[in-house]
Amino acid sequence: MTATALIPAPIPADHRLSVSISGAGGAGAVTVGLILLEAFGKAGFYGAMTRSFGPQIRGGESAVFLNLSDQPIETLPEATDLHLALDWKNFMRFADEIPLTSDTQIFYDDSREKPPQGVVDSGADCTPLPLMTTLKQIQGGRINMLGLGVIAQRLGLADTHIEQALQKTLGRKGEEAVRLSMETVRLGQTLVEAAKPSPLQNWQPTDKPRWHLSGNEACAIGALRGGLKLAAAYPITPATDIVEYLAPRIEKRGGQVLIAEDELAAMNMVIGGSFGGQPSMTATSGPGLALMTEAMGLAVASETPALVITVMRGGPSTGIPTKSEQSDLNQILYGLHGEAPHIVVAPLNVSESVPVTQWALGLAERLQTLVILATDQHLGQSRLICDPSPFEDMAETRGLTRLLAHPNDPADYHRYALTDSGISPLTQPGMEHGAYTADGLEHTETGLPSSSASDHSAQTEKRARKLTEFDYGDDWATYLPASKSKRLIITWGSSFEACKQAVARHNAEAKKDEQFSLLGLRLLMPLQSNTLRQLCKGQQVFVVEQNASGQLFHYLLSEQALPKSSQSIARSGPILFTPGELASTLRRLTKEGK
Amino acid sequence: MNMTEATKTQMNKAQAVERLDQTPVEVRPAKPNDYLSQNHPVWCPGCGHFFVLRALTKALAWLNRPPEELAMITGIGCSSRLPAYLSSYGFHGVHGRALAVAAGLKMARPDLTVLVAGGDGDGYSIGGNHFLHACRRNMDMTYLVMDNEVYGMTKGQPSPTSDPDWHSKLAPHGTGITAFNPLGVALAAGASFIARGFSGDPKGLTKLISDGIEHKGFSVIEIKSPCVTFRPEQKAWQKQMRPLNIEPTPNKLEAAQAIHASDGFDTGIFYQADQPVYAPASEATHSLDEIEQELVL
Repeated sequence: MTATALIPAPIPADHRLSVSISGAGGAGAVTVGLILLEAFGKAGFYGAMTRSFGPQIRGGESAVFLNLSDQPIETLPEATDLHLALDWKNFMRFADEIPLTSDTQIFYDDSREKPPQGVVDSGADCTPLPLMTTLKQIQGGRINMLGLGVIAQRLGLADTHIEQALQKTLGRKGEEAVRLSMETVRLGQTLVEAAKPSPLQNWQPTDKPRWHLSGNEACAIGALRGGLKLAAAYPITPATDIVEYLAPRIEKRGGQVLIAEDELAAMNMVIGGSFGGQPSMTATSGPGLALMTEAMGLAVASETPALVITVMRGGPSTGIPTKSEQSDLNQILYGLHGEAPHIVVAPLNVSESVPVTQWALGLAERLQTLVILATDQHLGQSRLICDPSPFEDMAETRGLTRLLAHPNDPADYHRYALTDSGISPLTQPGMEHGAYTADGLEHTETGLPSSSASDHSAQTEKRARKLTEFDYGDDWATYLPASKSKRLIITWGSSFEACKQAVARHNAEAKKDEQFSLLGLRLLMPLQSNTLRQLCKGQQVFVVEQNASGQLFHYLLSEQALPKSSQSIARSGPILFTPGELASTLRRLTKEGK
Repeated sequence: MNMTEATKTQMNKAQAVERLDQTPVEVRPAKPNDYLSQNHPVWCPGCGHFFVLRALTKALAWLNRPPEELAMITGIGCSSRLPAYLSSYGFHGVHGRALAVAAGLKMARPDLTVLVAGGDGDGYSIGGNHFLHACRRNMDMTYLVMDNEVYGMTKGQPSPTSDPDWHSKLAPHGTGITAFNPLGVALAAGASFIARGFSGDPKGLTKLISDGIEHKGFSVIEIKSPCVTFRPEQKAWQKQMRPLNIEPTPNKLEAAQAIHASDGFDTGIFYQADQPVYAPASEATHSLDEIEQELVL
């Protein structure tokens, strides 16, 4: 969670490579992607992979996109260098997402349909291969493994790394499955020549340990680091993987997953677990968050620590469950009834989802409140090869743990005592002399229900104050300044990495006074308005986000954190911003600004 | 809370666990008043809930549970005001969700005695789904439903247990909807202790609550508790309610017969069985490091 850093130089073209794979359901495009990513990791490289599905549970077409490099990389590919079409079934459904250019090399099976017109029009080099014919040589072989061999041969990926990746990805299917797959890969390798020169010729492998994980898994790991003991949830796309990943692991840490009957139950279960003294969370997405809203207010009113992770998807209503959008910000900020101050945080990329989730759970515990952590389908379901997240004991280093009371006499204990910090020390069941009733009704300092104006104003003020007075340090944002820049991009969540690369690319070519600085907001509520206002002073500000109406832009304006001249760059999902698209936007803005 | 030093020493955790297997307990130093807070209930004079509160504190004293090891979880409604009147820990949450809060609490703290209370609207209408799944889970907790067949706190609307021909402002000709059968539903959904009590039968109710708490599993105790303000005719229950003249059965068919044959005025345990209790183990077996090793390439 770096606060201020230099804008990294763009990754040179000979140190990155993008590969995409598509196919009908059951063809195994996703499996090839997973194995390829793992193999690049084994080879000492980095990579990011996203996937795109149709709505079908089984049998639908799917596609994966990999961005690979010998340097840490987290953005989506904006142009495909190499595409493998296992078939062309419904390929055009992905046309918006697979960026083909005249530099793209495409391999496809020659026994079935010809490339669709849209593909031909892209000018990409389409090479037919006898995939189905060759497959007949191998009993039980699968076309996707043949395709994997084609890609591996073309890129010059070593057999040992493919074998290791096969072992890891298919090992649970048994030795025979792995052997057969490798045999099929080797056959695939005979179908094409290696690219000359090898696209990997300048890549420097590292022997440092690296992690392979998804954004959702990163959230789960962060929560376990924060001491999570109860995860109560109801299945919902695209958040379920968090809980599935937690289920076998939280047990090993002495905690439990509780399968709720609905989201209303899930949120209330979190409150129950937390009332019992154990760090508790749930994970959901927009529709589930809507159902949790009443109980989220209960966490605020009763001052019960609670973490809610929401993995945003296209909305409203059922919307586009499998695809990404940053359009639930208004719901997250304003969804609760009454004055319900709470904390909203959002990781800026997959890798920081580990410390940000740990931080979020710690803030809930420390400040006895509701914390909503917002990610989205893209962040949550992208897979990444990245450097391991260094461990920090945030209870120790930042005091992010419960402030416990140890009363000697029940009469002395005031659960909702008005303290300077606004945080009232907490007891938990089992502690003698500490009994109290937590209440969603407005209450006195002792917790007795009260409708008096003075109790209401004192408790309302206290619940707000404990959040605004807390020192969040530098973690509220990541700021990447350009020295003479008078232009600032503000963004959040999954749009950050694309903005970062766009700014890096733009600044590398632009004059100093035409460069952009970048701010990624990590703490959205309570908004650090004063600091933000200072930072924006004298700058032309642009707010970039993935939703139609500019929800972040309007929020920042309403908090008077932005200069009046600020502009919104907002576009609805599910097609994500690419660095190229944003870089050309920056060029246009620079021209308009003159 | 006024307990003697001697009482406290007797009430360490180990003994609390042991007591589950030892009935009756020989030493009973706790008094019902030890379980009362100093707050006076908001209930109307004559409300049946006063007698439920009394029976509950008597049962807790009988069981000798230290108040700090009890948690009373409720939702919204007249009966849900209960936690504030006890000296135990309590949670007065939102309408209909008490069983969900309690499930989370019991998962996180299996050592606690978890009690849940509420009314017929809270439990059978807005909280109906949680009622079904609490029965299914059969976690070790006790659910007291104070059923007065009316929404009292919002001043007299028909509830799921109101008779279809009961006239009210909201349903001037009656609802015309069959009344909910909580015991039948509880049996079908998997609760392992199913009983009906009456607030006007303090002795019987105390025993039922105490049996329910001692039962290992989800205990549903449906308590008929008159609303003297909006259903004054329920005062007649005093003459109508009668003890069930059969032994508790672990046989679902027999229990179903007894439940469905009853006119709603029988009190007692209709069903009690040893059923699998949802209580997963919660001992840490691995370090964080070991878990994170899986991520390493």
